[in-house]
Amino acid sequence: MSYLEACTGSAKAQVDVRFCLVGVGGQGVLLAADIVAHVGVALGLDVKKAEVHGMSQRGGSVVSHVRWGTRVYSPLIEKGTASYLVGFERLEGLRHLAMLAEDGRLIMSNHRIVPVTVTCGGGAYPGEEIERRLFRAAGAEPLWVPSVSTARALGMARAHNMVLLGALAACAGGVEAPWEAEIAQPVPIGSLEHNLAAFRAGWAHLSGRGEGAE
Amino acid sequence: MRVAAGYPGTPSTEVLETLASMDGVYTEWSPNEKVALDVAIGAAYAGRRSLAVMKHVGLNVAADSLFYVCMTGMQAGLVIIVADDPGLHSSQGEQDSRRYCKFARLPCLEPSDSQEAKSMVGLAFDLSERFDTPVMVRSGTRISHSFGLVEMGARVCCEDDDDADPFVRNPQKYVMVPGVARRRHPIMEERMEAITAFADALGVNRIERRSSALGVVTHGIAYQYVREVLPEASILRLGMSYPVAAERVRSLAADVDRLLVVEELDPVIEEEIRLLGVACEGKSLFPISGELSPQSVREGCVKAGLVPAQADGMVAEAAASAALPMRPPALCPGCPHRGVYYAIHQLDLAVNGDSGCYALGFMPPLSAVHSIGCMGAGVGQAHGVAAAAIGERSVAVIGDSTFFHSGMPALLNAVYNRQAVTVVVLDNRTTAMTGHQENPGSGSTLMGETTVEADIGDIARALGVRHVETVDPYDLRVVESALRDAVGRDEASVVVARRACALSPEARASRLPLAVDAGMCVACGQCLQLGCPALCSNASVLASNGRETTRIDALLCSGCGMCAQVCPVDAIRPGGEDSQ
Repeated sequence: MSYLEACTGSAKAQVDVRFCLVGVGGQGVLLAADIVAHVGVALGLDVKKAEVHGMSQRGGSVVSHVRWGTRVYSPLIEKGTASYLVGFERLEGLRHLAMLAEDGRLIMSNHRIVPVTVTCGGGAYPGEEIERRLFRAAGAEPLWVPSVSTARALGMARAHNMVLLGALAACAGGVEAPWEAEIAQPVPIGSLEHNLAAFRAGWAHLSGRGEGAE
Repeated sequence: MRVAAGYPGTPSTEVLETLASMDGVYTEWSPNEKVALDVAIGAAYAGRRSLAVMKHVGLNVAADSLFYVCMTGMQAGLVIIVADDPGLHSSQGEQDSRRYCKFARLPCLEPSDSQEAKSMVGLAFDLSERFDTPVMVRSGTRISHSFGLVEMGARVCCEDDDDADPFVRNPQKYVMVPGVARRRHPIMEERMEAITAFADALGVNRIERRSSALGVVTHGIAYQYVREVLPEASILRLGMSYPVAAERVRSLAADVDRLLVVEELDPVIEEEIRLLGVACEGKSLFPISGELSPQSVREGCVKAGLVPAQADGMVAEAAASAALPMRPPALCPGCPHRGVYYAIHQLDLAVNGDSGCYALGFMPPLSAVHSIGCMGAGVGQAHGVAAAAIGERSVAVIGDSTFFHSGMPALLNAVYNRQAVTVVVLDNRTTAMTGHQENPGSGSTLMGETTVEADIGDIARALGVRHVETVDPYDLRVVESALRDAVGRDEASVVVARRACALSPEARASRLPLAVDAGMCVACGQCLQLGCPALCSNASVLASNGRETTRIDALLCSGCGMCAQVCPVDAIRPGGEDSQ
């Protein structure tokens, strides 16, 4: 369900939108998840978010769950139930494919970060054939987002998380306004314009691909 | 509430950080959890509501103080917030802090969401003062690090200092010598009986009557998973998980055909229910180790025949066959600890490590830490290795915050007992692992005040160490020669590797990524031995020897230059693409 529908009183009783954002520690996954959560609050929904801090953030695999709903119990979502799975990094997106619901949308950055385990000879980074096999098994068609190159072209490669957030927002449907207002909260004023530009670029990239889009 | 003290530890850290922003509350990072609890106890003895905050393993450090304060009681409320880490996201063990409640005799409150995480602290203070007992509020990762909507009440501030009573002189209550403590013990037991009776009247021990076929007793975050997986079940949600509200348990048990207990980690509630003579099922269905989740609760319910089994999707199977490489946490690009671990690796030293980001030095390719137990353990262990006289020199590696926490007595011990131990202090001037909290070496307090900056070299000298050397861990040659010198001595020695954490604002401000000149790179793999996440082999560029060359991910590179120092052909230079 798109959040536009979620905001209309009649549909409110059934709102249950589940986001799963995955990537590598340091990519800004938690900040993006924070913004998704606050947009849900701004929409008047019950919102819960779960993540982990501490050691796992040091370059490890990072997962954040966000739920919007009429009434949300568990902050953690079950596998096979994510309405949206956003992979901020290719391998991490693949790792968490099982989270995606049958009718869920998969948004994937094309960015690769090779884990130290691979550098040390502990396995190979999955190639495109493995990717295709996994997508097929998950019944998912990835919406690819060139997040890093897009952000780099805008002058701030580090804002690639906002490109993905924009892509997610475009898929979830609706208008930019509440998202941009919530981005302005945590992002320092000095880099806000870059972040907003990155968000809009991500939005433009996937605009028209979401259920709630016009 | 007036005084709050703690030591950072995931997932408890944010409690004090949040309180520090509020007027009228004194907050501090203490050097360790025992000191923090003693500080809170002192304030409560002095008639001010106080709070101590720590993670589960921190409570082990503070346990001695927990036991005496359960004997004495206080003059004002004392609440201890303990955050457990089921699933070990960032800990050396997953222990259930509720066990301490039965052991030391104090009640335990467990919030099920963010709203209760706030409101139960108020309830805890009320209970604390009503029964003259410290109260534990137990959180966990999915309470501490979750986000939810909270309705705020009006803030009630502490009364003015002018009205304060003087410190109460009451040795029959507060001086725990055997003669007094002997008389306090039965008082403590009577208090627990009174709290147990009161538990049945407590609103947070809530019965939700639905189906009469199935009743579930649950607590904390597990309540949410039960609501999700078994929406029709009747539920007794124990907001106070110890002592257990006996009559409420009996009442639910009498109304349902089958009683389950869904609890995270130990079967604490289950054991109490069995002691009441009430039949229930718990750990026979749900795991005793690891974090609960809607998934694991569902799997337990499948085992119990309560919900249909899920078809395991093709994805899991496909993912297993794809053997995706793991991505465990790693030392950050530019981490100053890397320089020390690289030198240790080159010298092939045996190392007793400690708790902090630097624990990650145990991972390949550095493989430079060979034991990790708990905060402060490494120095004592290295001392023991020296005493064992096996002919191999052991080195202890410890972070600055851990050194202040519990490394200092162990170093004093090594000097006093004449053991030739080398202690390397990884001094990044902050408590990095938990997100850069101040410590006695930072020069500032949690409340933002400037203070004395403890110098680790000076402390080591004051403890009697005669050989102390401070080095810049980015200078690989200097680190290696300092270590070689230190371990060659027949007395205790200290090497302080001092440089700000790579994630500190000052280090991030001066980030200048490096790049590999692919034409010069001979793909010898030397730089990859640093285990830096910014370095990887680049499959698209093959060097003349047919091996892959190395690439630097400019988005990750901090520009520390360690890889440039180990490169034999000088192929690594400034000029990475992203300078933002």
